[in-house]
Amino acid sequence: MENSLDPAASLLEVRGISKSFGAVRALQEVDFTLRAGEIHALLGENGAGKSTLIKVVTGVFPRDAGIVRLGGEEVAPRSAKAALQAGIATVYQEVNLLPNLSVAQNLFLDRQPMRFGIVREGEMRRRAKTLLADFGLDIDVSAPLGNYSVAIQHVTAIARAVDLSARVLILDEPTASLDRHEVEILFRIMRQLAKRGIGIVFVSHFLDQVYEISDRITVLRNGRLVDERETASLSRLELIRMMLGRELAETTSARASAGAQTTREVCASFEGYGKAGYVAPFNLELRHGEVVGLAGLLGSGRTETARLVFGAERADRGQARVEGAPVRLQSPRDGVRHGFGYCPEERKTDGIVAELTVRENIVLALQAKRGLHRPLSRREQDEIASRYVKMLDIRPPDPERPVGLLSGGNQQKVLLARWLATSPRLLVLDEPTRGIDVGAHAEIIRLIRELCDDGLALLVISSELDEIVTYSDRVVVLRDRAHVEELAGEAIDVGSILAAIAADGASVAHEGRA
Amino acid sequence: MKGLPPVLITAIVLVAGFALCAVQFPNIASTRVVGNLLTDNAFLGIVATGMTFVVISGGIDLSVGSVIGFTTVFVALAIERWGMPPLVAFVAILALSAAFGAAMGAVIHVFDLPPFIVTLAGMFLARGASFLLSTESVPITAPIYSTVSDFALRLPGGGRLTAVAIIMLAIVIGGALLLQLTRFGANVYALGGSRATASLMGVAVGRMTVKIYMLSSLLAGIAGIVFSFYTSAGYSLSAVGVELDTIAAVVIGGTLLTGGQGSAIGTFLGVLIQGMIQTYINFDGTLSSWWTKIATGVLLFAFIALQQGLVALARRPVAKRAGAVS
Ligand SMILES: Nc1ncnc2c1ncn2[C@@H]1O[C@H](COP(=O)(O)OP(=O)(O)OP(=O)(O)O)[C@@H](O)[C@H]1O
Ligand SMILES: [Mg+2]
Repeated sequence: MENSLDPAASLLEVRGISKSFGAVRALQEVDFTLRAGEIHALLGENGAGKSTLIKVVTGVFPRDAGIVRLGGEEVAPRSAKAALQAGIATVYQEVNLLPNLSVAQNLFLDRQPMRFGIVREGEMRRRAKTLLADFGLDIDVSAPLGNYSVAIQHVTAIARAVDLSARVLILDEPTASLDRHEVEILFRIMRQLAKRGIGIVFVSHFLDQVYEISDRITVLRNGRLVDERETASLSRLELIRMMLGRELAETTSARASAGAQTTREVCASFEGYGKAGYVAPFNLELRHGEVVGLAGLLGSGRTETARLVFGAERADRGQARVEGAPVRLQSPRDGVRHGFGYCPEERKTDGIVAELTVRENIVLALQAKRGLHRPLSRREQDEIASRYVKMLDIRPPDPERPVGLLSGGNQQKVLLARWLATSPRLLVLDEPTRGIDVGAHAEIIRLIRELCDDGLALLVISSELDEIVTYSDRVVVLRDRAHVEELAGEAIDVGSILAAIAADGASVAHEGRA
Repeated sequence: MKGLPPVLITAIVLVAGFALCAVQFPNIASTRVVGNLLTDNAFLGIVATGMTFVVISGGIDLSVGSVIGFTTVFVALAIERWGMPPLVAFVAILALSAAFGAAMGAVIHVFDLPPFIVTLAGMFLARGASFLLSTESVPITAPIYSTVSDFALRLPGGGRLTAVAIIMLAIVIGGALLLQLTRFGANVYALGGSRATASLMGVAVGRMTVKIYMLSSLLAGIAGIVFSFYTSAGYSLSAVGVELDTIAAVVIGGTLLTGGQGSAIGTFLGVLIQGMIQTYINFDGTLSSWWTKIATGVLLFAFIALQQGLVALARRPVAKRAGAVS
């Protein structure tokens, strides 16, 4: 595979691609051009057709019409393997690799170093170590991948694709579960690859990242090509207009006004709450009508705190109270019984039931809370489902569609709807806006504020500090699995959160085994 | 991925069980008894090795017992009635069973059907076909049969390691190496982890599925030949229900029925445990042989409970698991 270094040469040409799933026209005559050595962002709302385009180009889905040329020659791969052999390496949006295999096997699956028909384990591990070292990871590569955190699994998936040294590298939302630090490493590597003449397609909902890394941008809307532009000459407002087909409604920070009333009633409190080897004991008060943000690096104990609060993990010390009365939170069921809701970070593994419809997924938690002897009538279900489909703008707006067929971001919205439907007193949201497009992102933040005004207590984890600053009344900063600082009111800004995260600077270490 | 802890537990159960037997019947701890145990269970060890691949890949093969039965009938008729030289008959039946397995694998992949259904159909098909060939037991008198039956390596202590036992040991070792050391083996585990993900990672899932079921049926064919050596006859009702003994051995050996984890050596130990129980019952003399089934059932329960426990434990430290309801 030779690399052409001519910057203007188009490496991958996609012409007139169409794809329908039954009545849903996911792609209509889409063109896309990737040059050698460029980083090309593929953008669009949730459900715009980005992942579908990638899967059609790489042969995972058969296409209805159109052609694909790679280096001038027409290609029509019929499986991911064939696309790989043709020189297109892809990290698909939903890929979490294989948790039962070792990290090294995952990196080298189907291309292990061999001698006499036998896999050279030692050599494979050595190469795996070097490969991951490039990404700043130093982990035991012979342990099963499932032992590691989502972020490490994701880095492994990216490292695998990068190492395939294909001519085209496609990354579908690679940064969704990565930390700033890992994103920087990834970007450095992407730039190196681009310099070698590899064409990179990058899908993301983080516009900052898009402006930081991409040379050109292609925008899709409702399965159609909107335009292809140079990043440098495209303003952010214009980009958002291209994506949404309308202006973005202004989100104003509602915090200032809410901050006035300080004597809110305590909804739930945790005193000296913790678990050995999990999260150091902490004190936390969650009040009605208040958003508490949890900030910190990956592995700093944010998700762990959320799970303790909800009861998904048992604390071994401390006292929890709900509305002042002592309670024991031993299981998620206890959490639900006390009116808590928890929207976990990993929708694929932790929440969505792909085969069930949008409606069934939405009423799931509510039904569980009511108990099986009090089934919701079909009318009630329909009513709840259509209310949330509308409220969160779930697309396509069809409550009877199996959730597995929705785009990634829309699945996330369904999960959020499930917990909102239980009308909890305390809602824990772990990365609620991950993988959600700019339009819906603003909607969700507005929704969070509204819920609060209705008296809900919220505990929100987010890696996006801007976002946390926008809606939080108080921010708890975590480091090394301990709560290290609590900021309130005026003191909340990105700078002070960063300062708290990085205090005693040194330990921006990686999360090892989660 | 090597599933070591469950294998270790299986090994401990085997050694402890054997020690208990030996305390009661000191004669059990002799190479003679062990040699016989290997011979008696040779066909089971062979077919269970194939089943291990299938189960690790997330599938199941219910047709193996019928394939064994069909093989014995085919071989007996080919040699005794159709006048085929035995070796030609062996090659023919192995080709036939491999093709049968490949066809099942292809159907499973192409039509995206559950392996349970497809191999259940295969089970009826193969059993029916053997009845079609012959409904009565056909004795085999070819000289090669007595030669092979008489061949054995002498073990110290008067035991005999027979030809069929040697074949079985070779297949178990070969299977274990194939599973642990080759690309094919790694792909088997990958399929068991998730077919969809494996496919997105570039594994040729269809080809793998065909190969895995082909291997299972091929080994069932070999097991059938070994079975015919053992009984010197072909009978359409032989090896009824063996698929279940086989699956039991695989599970007792620490392989997850949901796929993704397990080992060939574990399966071999599972076969030995079943053989050991049978031997104990023979020595006792008063117990009904059905006690083998009961003991196997109890062990199965114990192992499945144990695996669930281990799986739960393995998940605990992963702090990222479900917080969803119910
Ligand atoms: N396998 C499928 N079967 C039926 N419909 C599908 C399937 N996959 C995707 N769709 C539909 O195709 C449309 C495009 O989805 P796609 O996953 O490409 O969106 P996306 O741009 O990647 O969005 P996101 O940013 O949320 O990941 C959506 O309306 C989705 O519901
Ligand atoms: Mg997508």
